[in-house]
Amino acid sequence: MMLSSLRIAERRLPILGQQVVRRAFHQTVQRNSAGAAAATADETREMNLFTAVNQAMDIALASDPTAIIFGEDVAFGGVFRCTQGLAEKYGKDRVFNTPLSENGIAGFAIGHASVGGTAIGEIQFADYIFPAFDQIVNEMAKFRYRSGNQWNCGNVVLRAPCGAVGHGGHYHSQSPEAYLAHTPGLVVVMPRSPKTAKGLLLSSIRSPDPVVFLEPKALYRTAVEPVPTGDYELPLGQAEVMRSGSDVTIVGWGGHLKVLEEACDMAHGLHGISCELIDLQTILPWDVDTVVESVQKTGKLVVSHEAPLTCGFGAEVVATLQEHCFLSLEAPIQRICGLDTPFPLVFEKYYIPNALKNLDAITNVMDYGR
Amino acid sequence: MKPSLQYPQRFGRILLCQARPRRAMAIRSFASVMRPKAEEEHAATSPMIRVPEEKSTIAAKTPTVSIDLHLASNDNTTEAAVFESPSEIQYAGNATMPLTSVLHIVKPSEDAPRGVWPVFRLMDENGRFRDPAFDAAVKDMKEVTTAPPSTGEAAKDLTGLRAKLQQQYPFHAKEFEACTLLQESKHPYPDTDSKNTLLRAHQQIVRLREMDTIFQNAQRQGRISFYMTCRGEEAIHFGSASALDPADTIFAQYREAGPLMWRGFTLEQFANQCFSNDGDLGKGRQMPVHYGCRALNYQTISSPLGTQIPQAVGAAYHYKLQGKPNVTVCYFGDGAASTTDFHSAFNFAATLKTPVLFFCRNNGFAISTPVAEQYAGDGIIARAPGYGMAAIRVDGNDIFAVHAAVREARAYALEHSAPVLIEAMTYRLGHHSTSDDSSSYRDKDEVSSCEHRFDPLGRFDNFLKEQGWMDDAALSALRDDEKRAVLKAMNDAEQRPPPPFKELFSDVYKEIPPHLKRQQAQLETHMKKYKGKY
Ligand SMILES: Cc1ncc(C[n+]2csc(CCOP(=O)(O)OP(=O)(O)O)c2C)c(N)n1
Ligand SMILES: [Mg+2]
Repeated sequence: MMLSSLRIAERRLPILGQQVVRRAFHQTVQRNSAGAAAATADETREMNLFTAVNQAMDIALASDPTAIIFGEDVAFGGVFRCTQGLAEKYGKDRVFNTPLSENGIAGFAIGHASVGGTAIGEIQFADYIFPAFDQIVNEMAKFRYRSGNQWNCGNVVLRAPCGAVGHGGHYHSQSPEAYLAHTPGLVVVMPRSPKTAKGLLLSSIRSPDPVVFLEPKALYRTAVEPVPTGDYELPLGQAEVMRSGSDVTIVGWGGHLKVLEEACDMAHGLHGISCELIDLQTILPWDVDTVVESVQKTGKLVVSHEAPLTCGFGAEVVATLQEHCFLSLEAPIQRICGLDTPFPLVFEKYYIPNALKNLDAITNVMDYGR
Repeated sequence: MKPSLQYPQRFGRILLCQARPRRAMAIRSFASVMRPKAEEEHAATSPMIRVPEEKSTIAAKTPTVSIDLHLASNDNTTEAAVFESPSEIQYAGNATMPLTSVLHIVKPSEDAPRGVWPVFRLMDENGRFRDPAFDAAVKDMKEVTTAPPSTGEAAKDLTGLRAKLQQQYPFHAKEFEACTLLQESKHPYPDTDSKNTLLRAHQQIVRLREMDTIFQNAQRQGRISFYMTCRGEEAIHFGSASALDPADTIFAQYREAGPLMWRGFTLEQFANQCFSNDGDLGKGRQMPVHYGCRALNYQTISSPLGTQIPQAVGAAYHYKLQGKPNVTVCYFGDGAASTTDFHSAFNFAATLKTPVLFFCRNNGFAISTPVAEQYAGDGIIARAPGYGMAAIRVDGNDIFAVHAAVREARAYALEHSAPVLIEAMTYRLGHHSTSDDSSSYRDKDEVSSCEHRFDPLGRFDNFLKEQGWMDDAALSALRDDEKRAVLKAMNDAEQRPPPPFKELFSDVYKEIPPHLKRQQAQLETHMKKYKGKY
């Protein structure tokens, strides 16, 4: 049976609850805060990712007098320079070092937010978020629900640099989004670039729900693009179609999208394949509709992430997509992910779901059944 | 005030004062920190006493007797280094701590010292053993003198040196007897071909320094990806390691290459790990400096901070149940002491009565975070009584004091089947790591002042020089030898291939499970298809 003929008969299943989620998560707001007083609506400046993150926090501190920033080594600017200059500008009471304890940072953030403050905590590396796991999973995520919506800690954002850098080994490379995404009540965000980082971080800080904001640390310095200098928000819970195409849908998030862009270029250059590339941006709650729409069009899907294959968030995407797009699919969905090993050091280049592996998957789905 | 010539006699008085209950001493030591101004003025005008001129925040601020090393010793140093024998000492975070020459582990049954816990020190910066008359606790005795310089022939061997030291510093006679650094080993050490333990310790400090310098430079040249030096903390490493039994399992943080070196890890092995080659025992899986060696009872380093602390307790509990005459030793930093794991571990150890030595390296910083922002109490040591734990604070830049403290703590832990906290005060002379530039958060003057005061190698050098065992020429020859050895090990390591590719999949589990075998096969097929791209 030809898969393409099945596509015609395909009926789109309703996505329960999606409308509600969309309303809660999909608003783009332009703001005029004190921090952006000098900026005109569409003024942009070339900047790297850490500067964009720094600007977002600068605006948050300026526009919200209850906002504080804290974590290990943030006072001198942070080990990745994201908080540079903020302690000097806003004072040591609002931007400060904590003792070295991640669950201290998370619990402190929750408490601060629960009585009306805005808490922006930094976990120095996503690999070190695990000591805070109990506070995040059992407290932060359930704070609103367990109190019957009497209490909430929606004004918490925990920022953590994640992802491979080429020489980080086990403990300076991991991408823990899937562990976090298994937690109802959390919002998990991972931007791909300076511009998206700034807008998504400002949304996260102002979101009524607690957010874990994972920053691709490999891009802090290397990714540079024009970024609006003013105050703007990008909607949470909404994916972005980075490139539209007709042959195959590629889904990814975070710094890994650089790799996927390269794979799309190779697929087009070498084989004339037209890829539709989607950045999920928010891992939880994720934008099912945008991906479904795309796969209904292309009939083929490759999902790729740096974290290990088994129980990676790709598994969730695949399971949901086969449910909604079964009759549209022309080839088995491919997952190109990290290996099910701890993140290695010397063998990182083999571990990584690089452009070549993705290219291979793209050509495989194109050739399927031929 | 004239220097007293009746040195031995004066010890009689000090011994008397030693007989006072510890508690009283501790209170006095605190009081002496708040020394009346009159005494300070008196001290400042005394010809024997020199007030340090540096305005650095970290300097011995007590006016104390100075010894001009150039005049006092007969070596041919061109620059005269001036060192004091202070009664108190100022560490990072503006913490002024009284010094004591008396080795005393504060037991949970005793009252904890009130105020600031004293720092146990045996050897001053000038390389001379302390006269307890300088101790903060006995400072009111007023009559103090410098220790007499070493005279006569240099001792031939460690037995001779011990005898000579006992004569020179009778107060410490017992310590010299107990100190295994001053004992010859039964067999020659394979790495030095000599039985001289003391010179081996010195040589290893020099070796570690050279290794740090060269590997750090190698990182700057892009030859390795990362490195962390332990500059300034070497006395902690070798002082503690030399007081342990080789079967005492070590749980380290990451800045403790020395204990591994002491146990016989070779320069080749260090280099192989840092270059992630096929000789790395860790199979190239972890970043540089994450050493580990089962054969030497040194658990493999893990980057997440604090995790090793409760692990050390569990291991010690096993030793206890097995009736093994061993302790576990757990090193950690002032920063790691803020982790939840630290607190759990301390409570477990005290409650379950496990023979574990908690060794805190208080070096003033956790990356950029100064200790003043890490804790508000008196260092880490003041927590011990709260947990019901024995504790001693020691000068981490004095190899003899560290050795003595660890030796006694180990004996205590085994005898009472109980944990002991050792807090070693020191200063991180280097950057946190090669990813860090500490000039963005600490004063260069602070670092150079600490380099001058707190360098454990300089102190050790001074001791050996004064005892006539080393001169500047010998020291520089030693440095050259070690430098050559490190360079050779590094160049050899660089030539070696990476570990075999199959090691990517091994050891995730004892046996490779089917799903990983599938991934391995897939990867191999892929790599064949795209030959030349990998
Ligand atoms: C759980 C965890 N959080 C954060 C880090 C990042 N980090 C690595 S070393 C360090 C500072 C540790 O300071 P300290 O314990 O005093 O040891 P020192 O570096 O001074 O030897 C930090 C924050 C980590 N490795 N693990
Ligand atoms: Mg430290």
